[in-house]
Amino acid sequence: MNVSPLGISSASLACAIPAQRCPVSSGQLLTACRLAWEHGGQLAALWASDERDRERGFCVHVLLRDRDGLTLLEHTLPDGGASYPDLSTIFPVASRMQRAAFDLVGTQCDADDARPWTWQAAWPIDQFPLRRDFAALPKWGPGEEDYPFVRVSGDGVHDIAVGPVHAGIIEPGHFRFQVVGEKVLRLEERLSYAHKGIEKRFEALSIAEGSRLAGRISGDSTVAFGWAYAQAVEAIAGLEIDRRAIWLRALLLERERVANHLGDLGYLGNDGGFAVGLAQFSRLKEDLLRLNRRVFGHRLLMDVIVPGGVAHDLAPDEAAEMRSQGAALVREIRVLRDIYDDHAGLQDRFRNCGRVSNELAAKLGLCGFAARASGVADDLRCDFALAPYDALTVRRAGHRDGDVAARVAVRFDEALESLRLIDVILDALPQGDILTALPPLREFKTAVGCVEGWRGPVWVALESGPANTLRRCHPHDPSWQNWPVIEHAVIGNIVPDFPLINKSFNLSYSGHDL
Amino acid sequence: MLHILRQIAKCGIKTEPPPAPADEMVLVARLQEKILRVLGRALTIRQVDAGSCNGCELEIHALANPYYNIEGLGIKFVASPRHADMLLVTGPVSKHMAIALKRTYDATPDPKLVVAVGDCGCSGGIFGESYASLGRVSNVIPVDVAVPGCPPAPVALLQGILAAISVSAAAPLATEPTMETGAAAAAAAGTGPAPSSPVP
Repeated sequence: MNVSPLGISSASLACAIPAQRCPVSSGQLLTACRLAWEHGGQLAALWASDERDRERGFCVHVLLRDRDGLTLLEHTLPDGGASYPDLSTIFPVASRMQRAAFDLVGTQCDADDARPWTWQAAWPIDQFPLRRDFAALPKWGPGEEDYPFVRVSGDGVHDIAVGPVHAGIIEPGHFRFQVVGEKVLRLEERLSYAHKGIEKRFEALSIAEGSRLAGRISGDSTVAFGWAYAQAVEAIAGLEIDRRAIWLRALLLERERVANHLGDLGYLGNDGGFAVGLAQFSRLKEDLLRLNRRVFGHRLLMDVIVPGGVAHDLAPDEAAEMRSQGAALVREIRVLRDIYDDHAGLQDRFRNCGRVSNELAAKLGLCGFAARASGVADDLRCDFALAPYDALTVRRAGHRDGDVAARVAVRFDEALESLRLIDVILDALPQGDILTALPPLREFKTAVGCVEGWRGPVWVALESGPANTLRRCHPHDPSWQNWPVIEHAVIGNIVPDFPLINKSFNLSYSGHDL
Repeated sequence: MLHILRQIAKCGIKTEPPPAPADEMVLVARLQEKILRVLGRALTIRQVDAGSCNGCELEIHALANPYYNIEGLGIKFVASPRHADMLLVTGPVSKHMAIALKRTYDATPDPKLVVAVGDCGCSGGIFGESYASLGRVSNVIPVDVAVPGCPPAPVALLQGILAAISVSAAAPLATEPTMETGAAAAAAAGTGPAPSSPVP
């Protein structure tokens, strides 16, 4: 994005894709966001930091993404009494991020919706955990808040409250449905039950320990977060890692993508009343995870990516095994895809269910594979020459229908494309070292790491502190963008279709709640 | 329909034999013998995610795949704590989940078992205890068996679940605090007549 017509100065930002960093006034913050929106840009992430130890009050960080790359707007608030303009009028997705930023740092926003988001009465409401002078007191136990849900009234309207403990094996969160009969009039989500202080925890860790924590932000995206974190660390260090390590990272990321799609395709069949689908896909996923364990030492691939490279190499016989497993998976997935496509009962459940139109997806900033199922073509692997994808030419998946059937189709396409990419990677894997020594990091340097995870783009923004520590780390899961869209996707559907719609997105609670 | 049957037949039976119970995972042996007598080989589990990263949930899901076939062992995941004999809890317990976890525990009928899952459930893991996290599950509700691992592999989960219900894991019942007196306690200790079972 060219910000110079707005009178905004910019400096380059350490990142694997083109990125700039701009200090902005509150007026410029709004105009820059508006300009980005007009040119098809989206809000990638928003977070705040306490800069009072540098005599700079607080800082609101707004990360924008468009076709040119990333723009990080940094707006300084002189003290806790100052406020910044509401960006949700331009990017609706900003709302929850602004509320979370207040709960954690105390930065005030001029927004109408000032309800807590991360805060749930576990600490006093006038205390802010990500302030540097915050000290948790043992006397603060769990509390109960009375969250003001938006109500719908009228003849026959009633509430269904679900969670935080769900009926299945699912992460914790609360859903408040307002229904007439079976029809959903409105859904409101209340998340943050899995908030466990990840951002604060980063500040007590070394760079190396931070890598383990990054791998546990959302277990299903451990490779994506691990890579994005390592990328940010390496960008600060100015370290070019060996090509073999980069290619192996892509291999891991694509295996993570296949594993998650296989698991969800099984559950989507199951939620549609087709238990055979679950048995079949969960068998294939297990095969994949077992080979992960044998080759990389971990079924979910945790801690395989480390700053400087990867922790496990791939031997030639292991590569051969992976290749033959890939071929078998492609065969089986094609058979199962035919079975799903031919199954009238399943298709009846999938089609027209949980539809997100292209206009709604663009307006709400839907991202990842779910956006690609609604006609939004973004994919970091294709949009930017991010190694090694610049040499792989990823075939972008896409669909326009935006319903459960479209998300199922895109998942099939992406799983098969990932298996093709894995084959290409195995054939062209460069020789070299898997690990390059990481030099000590210079203090107070900022970088952003980005990876197209299986669910969507994963961002890790970090600033180094003195002596190889982390001053601030903000990991951002695509679930932030996609959770609000589910509230729209279920409107007019029947309650029993909610699990199916929810599973078709399969968003992370932990990655969102932090 | 034919191609579905063909696919099922082609796959055959993938289920593997279950692992032996892992007695070393047992923290507190209480009531197992009695539970086993009441339950026979049918165990119902309510899973509670009290704040995990969802890695443990992925492996708990894997228990249902054809290789581990947990339902084939008579073990079933149920939708309500009211229907459950055991809570399978992942952690760390976030402060925001502490009340919900306690209520779930209270809603589970006695006698009940609790299995804490994963490094975070066992010790707080990398998240530890903080302004937002209460750490290990046993900081919030009583825990019988702890299954470490990040996340524990499905075999380890099975070993832990089986250890919780295996007779061999039961320590002398005299050492465990119980409110029961008289015939019920004697029956539980195996010294009196067996109480009538609600399950045929």
